[in-house]
Order: sequence, then C-alpha cells, then structure tokens
Amino acid sequence: MADVNRGDRPLSPHLQIYRPQLNSMTSILNRLTGISLLGGAVLIVWWLMAAATSEAYFAYVDWLLTSILGDIVMTLSVWALWYHALGGIRHLIWDMGYGFDPDTSDKASWGIIIGAFALTFLTIVAIWGA
Amino acid sequence: MLTDRKRVEGLGSARSGTDHHWKTTLTAVALLIIVPMFLFSVGPLLGNPYAEVQAALSRPFPAVSAALMLIVGLYHFRLGIQMVIEDYVQGMGRKVAIVATAVLSYGLMAIGLVSLAQIAL
Repeated sequence: MADVNRGDRPLSPHLQIYRPQLNSMTSILNRLTGISLLGGAVLIVWWLMAAATSEAYFAYVDWLLTSILGDIVMTLSVWALWYHALGGIRHLIWDMGYGFDPDTSDKASWGIIIGAFALTFLTIVAIWGA
Repeated sequence: MLTDRKRVEGLGSARSGTDHHWKTTLTAVALLIIVPMFLFSVGPLLGNPYAEVQAALSRPFPAVSAALMLIVGLYHFRLGIQMVIEDYVQGMGRKVAIVATAVLSYGLMAIGLVSLAQIAL
C-alpha cells in the first residue's frame, strides 16, 4: 500500500505558520488592491452612466464623486491602481524567472510601495492641473 | 491529423493548460499602456460641467481610452477574481461565485460601453 494513513497526515504549512515578510505582504496587498479596485470601477461606470442619462443626474453623481468622501475613495483607487500595476510588473518579471533572491525581492517591494505613492501624487497633480 | 498525445499535450488536468494565466498576462501588459491613457484623459473630466464632459467623451482619444479600460480592465478583473475564488472557495460555492463575478464584470463593462456609445455618438 502506498499510503494507509489517509486523513491524518500532516498538512503542509500555510500562511499563519510563517513570519510576515515584506515580500509576502506586498504580494498579498497586490491581490487585495486588485479586488478592491472593483469599488473604483463601479463608481466610474456609475459616473459614465449618469453622463449618458441627464444633466441633473450627472450633476448629482459628479458632486458625489468629487465630494470629500469621493475624493478619498478616488485617491485610494488611484493608489490601488498604481500599486497593482507596479506589483503586476514584478509578477511579470517573476514569471520570466528573475528577481527571486531576497535582496532583489526586498528592493522591488520598497520600489512598489514608494513608487505607488509617487505615481499617485503625480497623477493627482496632473489631474488637478489639467 | 492530430494524434491523441498531440491533442492533450500541455493542457494538464484543467484541460485548458496555461490559457487562463496567459490571458491574465496579456491583459496585464496591455493595461500598463491603457491605465495611463485612461487616468490622464478621463481623470481630469471628474468635476467638470456636463457639457464639457459630453464634448470630451465625444473625442476619439478619451472615448477609446475609456472603452479599452472598460473592456480590458474588467476582463482582467474577471480573470483575477476567478483565480482568487479558485484559491479559497470550494464546491458549489465556487461555481456560484465564478458566475457572479462574470455577471458583475461583464455587466459593468456593458453599462459602461453603452453609456460611452450614447455620449460619443
């Protein structure tokens, strides 16, 4: 018999076993930002739908999206979008077989975190200036 | 003629091989171009008067950027969320969640595209 002990075998260690690391945290955050971008997508589609409906309805939705709360949600969405884009670039590089060693991985993690804030800042400045 | 081996090679137990991952990769690369296009052409329109938004979304570049963002972005979203569901949800719940994700993604895509068409045309 290959394996008599069914159902009582030790399981492979999962997330809660490992000490949180910069590498794992930035990867998990990549997934979380991807999921939460649904929020920004719903709001933008709602805004487009309002722009196609009527001037009064557009005024209401546009006011909502540019209120303090709307500004916060939109800024967080832009940050999530840039974070997910930079994290995605790292995944594309990983897929090609590069950047797995701890040192490169740590540097890339900081690059993603700092880069996401920098690009969000630049985007807000560009959108405000336009 | 395809031999039996040729018919299954590279498809694995999922029977679709790396198709899902490859589509995610393709859309990811495309979005690296589309996201900046969308952010900098449609982003500044938020908070603008109704007439100006109508005029801007009638121009090719903002309209195409928004359409690409809706199509490629929400397709990429659908693929990604399905991967998350397959990681954490089992059995019937998995199927329901995958269907719900497809309905949500393509629903949003359709609403966005029809709205764009109504504005631009």
